[in-house]
Amino acid sequence: MQRATLDLWVGFFVVAGVAAILFLALKVGNLGGFDSSETYAVKASFDNIGGLKARAPVKSAGVVVGRVAEIGFDPKTYEATVTLAVSTHYPFPKDSSASIMTSGLLGEQYIALEAGGDEKMLVNGDMLKITQGAVVLENLIGQFLYNKSDSTADAAGAEQAAQ
Amino acid sequence: MMEALLDSIRGIGRRTVNRVSRMGVAARFFLLVFLHSGPSFRRFHLIVREIFTAGVLSLIIILVSGLFVGMVLGLQGYETLQTYGSEEALGVLVSLSLVRELGPVVAALLFASRAGSAITAEIGLMKATEQIAAMEMMAVDPIARVVAPRFWGAVISMPLLAALFSAMGVLGGYLVGVVLIGVDEGSFWSQMQAAVDFKEDILNGVIKSVVFGVAVTTIALFEGYDAPPTAEGVSRATTRTVVTSSLAILGLDFVLTAFMFRGV
Repeated sequence: MQRATLDLWVGFFVVAGVAAILFLALKVGNLGGFDSSETYAVKASFDNIGGLKARAPVKSAGVVVGRVAEIGFDPKTYEATVTLAVSTHYPFPKDSSASIMTSGLLGEQYIALEAGGDEKMLVNGDMLKITQGAVVLENLIGQFLYNKSDSTADAAGAEQAAQ
Repeated sequence: MMEALLDSIRGIGRRTVNRVSRMGVAARFFLLVFLHSGPSFRRFHLIVREIFTAGVLSLIIILVSGLFVGMVLGLQGYETLQTYGSEEALGVLVSLSLVRELGPVVAALLFASRAGSAITAEIGLMKATEQIAAMEMMAVDPIARVVAPRFWGAVISMPLLAALFSAMGVLGGYLVGVVLIGVDEGSFWSQMQAAVDFKEDILNGVIKSVVFGVAVTTIALFEGYDAPPTAEGVSRATTRTVVTSSLAILGLDFVLTAFMFRGV
């Protein structure tokens, strides 16, 4: 085969291969998402993060405004410290609050950021004061059963008293 | 009786020693290819020609099988996910299984049988027809002129082929899942993008395919170079290339997966 056609085919092949990698990176993967250079870090400590994982979305009013950058454990307070990377396009007031929510009944967990009323805005490295940890389903069920047995015991007691 | 027993024990020992010494020769061969790669990079058109024979000529089989593997994943995944009412996760299933495992592994298996066997047969035949010996007579280093360009051509082609395989597979899954069955298009892509990480999944898949490319090509080149210069020898070497490199791909895949995805 002629060298020019050979070069053309190989060039086509390499371009197609690189295009495939780009397709995987941008369309299949999440490289096109938040650029870490365009975010500011905000810390928050929670008593329980449940099943939250790094890279989970940070949402405000249901819109993704950032991602969970890092999850750590503070050995002094025995609390989980979560670092959020919030896009610089979305400044939030200093007294904003973070809570861990679940999308759907069994879906993935995310952090809901609720804007406060402060006039000062959060800057890189700030700590969120108001936080609410994850609701653990087992605790909820346990509480429910406990209340239930309490109320049935009460009802039984009332019946006995009536007799 | 005693003699036969002793003979069989000796046979085991001889075969083991043969295997180990062949491994040693293969390792030395691999180093030699690396050391003699300089000249072939200076004559880059040699590598370009090998990218053509190893990569471009494998395009059709890679693209078609990628498409079909993706379509099968789409069908089967939908069947299973549907029972749990989470058919939107189809994109995640298709893309993760392709990018992490099936893309590199199946592309490398196809590459071993399509390009690896061709390399072995070509070099084995060159040796049988004494072309290699003729080169040595003319003071042309056959490793630098014949072996190294083939090595680099195949190693460059492999990750590109694996990426094309994965991309075609995702498109196949999209065709079956979204176009044919009617999974919601938005959640198909968005859940996929939320689950697939560039560094964790895609880059590790590319690393896998590079490792497989090096393994397959080294085995193919060595088997060809080491083949007895007879018709039977070349045919057996070609068979051995496909068998050994398939086993090497699957074994290496386990090791690499254990390294890359443990505890994630």
